[in-house]
Amino acid sequence: MSGFIEFQNVAKVYNGSKVAVENVDLSFEKGEFICFIGTSGSGKTTLMRMINRMNTPTSGKVMVDNQDVANLNPVELRRRIGYVIQSIGLMPHMTIRENITLVQRLLKVDEATREQTANKMIDLVELPREMLDRYPFELSGGQQQRIGVVRALAADQDIILMDEPFGALDPITREALQDLIKNLQEKLGKTVVFVTHDMDEALKLASQLVVMSHGHVVQADTPENVLRHPANEFVEELIGEERLLQSKPDNTTVGEIMIPSAVTIHSDRSLSDAITMMKERRVDSLIVTNNDGILQGIVDIQNLNRMRSKASSVGDIMVDVPFVHETDYLKHTLQKILNLGLKVVPVVDKTQHVVGLLTRSSLVDLVYDTIWGTDMNADAADDAGALGSTAMKEV
Amino acid sequence: MQAFISEYGSQILEKSGQHLYISAIALVLGILVAVPAGIALTRADKMASPIINVVSALQTIPSLALLTLMLPIFGIGRTPAIIALFIYSLLPILRNTYLGMSNVNDEYRDVAKGMGMSNVQSILQVELPIALPTIMAGIHLSAIYVISWATLASYIGAGGLGDLIFSGLYNYQPDLIFAGTIPVTIIALIVDFLLTKLEQKMTPKAFILEEKQQSSQIEQEEAQRRER
Ligand SMILES: Nc1ncnc2c1ncn2[C@@H]1O[C@H](COP(=O)(O)OP(=O)(O)O)[C@@H](O)[C@H]1O
Ligand SMILES: [Mg+2]
Repeated sequence: MSGFIEFQNVAKVYNGSKVAVENVDLSFEKGEFICFIGTSGSGKTTLMRMINRMNTPTSGKVMVDNQDVANLNPVELRRRIGYVIQSIGLMPHMTIRENITLVQRLLKVDEATREQTANKMIDLVELPREMLDRYPFELSGGQQQRIGVVRALAADQDIILMDEPFGALDPITREALQDLIKNLQEKLGKTVVFVTHDMDEALKLASQLVVMSHGHVVQADTPENVLRHPANEFVEELIGEERLLQSKPDNTTVGEIMIPSAVTIHSDRSLSDAITMMKERRVDSLIVTNNDGILQGIVDIQNLNRMRSKASSVGDIMVDVPFVHETDYLKHTLQKILNLGLKVVPVVDKTQHVVGLLTRSSLVDLVYDTIWGTDMNADAADDAGALGSTAMKEV
Repeated sequence: MQAFISEYGSQILEKSGQHLYISAIALVLGILVAVPAGIALTRADKMASPIINVVSALQTIPSLALLTLMLPIFGIGRTPAIIALFIYSLLPILRNTYLGMSNVNDEYRDVAKGMGMSNVQSILQVELPIALPTIMAGIHLSAIYVISWATLASYIGAGGLGDLIFSGLYNYQPDLIFAGTIPVTIIALIVDFLLTKLEQKMTPKAFILEEKQQSSQIEQEEAQRRER
């Protein structure tokens, strides 16, 4: 029931007045990659440091593995938790080997095992083993940061706290380290709490995102949900307009944005029925189904007018229409739909029953202008001409 | 020269021995008290400034006055001399220990704690090694002070090379004055040399390498400048 790491109504007030965090209730499962994201000073570090008791809440409780950390020996607790501080902090008077195996020495791990670990860790970050005998000042900033990261992994603890560990790195090294830590976390099932102010980094790494602002948790959810339903303007801003728009076609299914009340008509109804229905429902096209509700085609006001004298039932004049499945990702279908220049696209379920429809205008409202720009209009019209008569097929 | 040595040689040796003994005891006591005290002050920052002020004030008492003050309490002899020298040795060691320890970047203290070091482990394995060069400099300074001030200890009957110097002064015997001052100077030089060596030995290797690297960089830069 209760999570592996839990914050229960936690607050921290510095010096009796400065409220650093407030009303924090969070719960995380084992094996999650948790990213705290927010502007500088929003309380990320404060919150994270409560997990290993580097910080004590002014009120509320922090639980790790069902134990209130306030009841645990802080030194022992910290030896169970890997920790990378914001500024790397390699011990300047210790060799890289000594730095990497520091926690193991505290845990009285024997020397042979420590040596193995040192080798393993330095291999992991693709630095030469000779470097184990070097001192931190002899390494570049990027190399130091890599050592800082593996130092937190060396003792193989279940929980790892990382406070903006990739801050000062060049983009290539940062990406490599992000991949490394994500892989390790997934492979070894570690629970990582990661503080960052970089949304790209957070979205890439997190399985749980905690958005913080001015000492409050604004939103805590999976990255997908935060992207889809940002809690407020602050979160939207943090995510950035661009990412929000990209995220919609990325994660949204057709079913989520379709209009569920498609106006349909059975194929054996008369043309005058169709006209009446169009007038009543104020639409200029009808989706045609058979008596079981399975998609047959479409009729619109133009071909109704043109064919009125030559046909009797809707089934005679309907035309085939491209359709989409409700479970399709918008990103896979959106551009095609827009390019085809279709005004309406029926949405069907697995059994070809009509469950809704997409209209060009609703899609355009959603993304069209912003993502593909207005110069697509010309292309779309061309494509529509060429493809307008395509037989009924899935888009 | 030969005559000088045969006349004063054994006396010089004996007095040098006394001199070293007084100085060493005073210094060791000073280290034993001032280093832990300096460390303790970094954990009780509010106390630091008043305590360092008090010790500084002790330091400003003229040495002869302090020695004389010892007399009614401890009588004459070595004990009051050692106590007075010990008090003088405190300040440089205390101040440098406190400075050295508080100059250790908080980041390292934070990492030590965060990785699960106890307070004592953090002090012994992280803070002291990093602060050691500064602390050693304080001890070094104290040692030289103590050796030279120990000369005055002769005033209150503690012995040492001061005996030779003062009897030389009183009896207008320049020979005796030299028999005292030259060994004191030599002892001070030797101790200075040994402590410099010890400092190098105790300074973490990383810092020595780093300094070398920096100075060779500076040399290179200078060489380049000269070429231009
Ligand atoms: N030791 C401290 N004493 C006083 N205020 C602090 C202390 N540590 C942090 N704060 C304040 O608490 C707030 C949250 O800080 P922090 O958790 O470091 O934020 P973040 O990591 O998100 O940048 C900030 O306003 C900061 O100034
Ligand atoms: Mg921070």
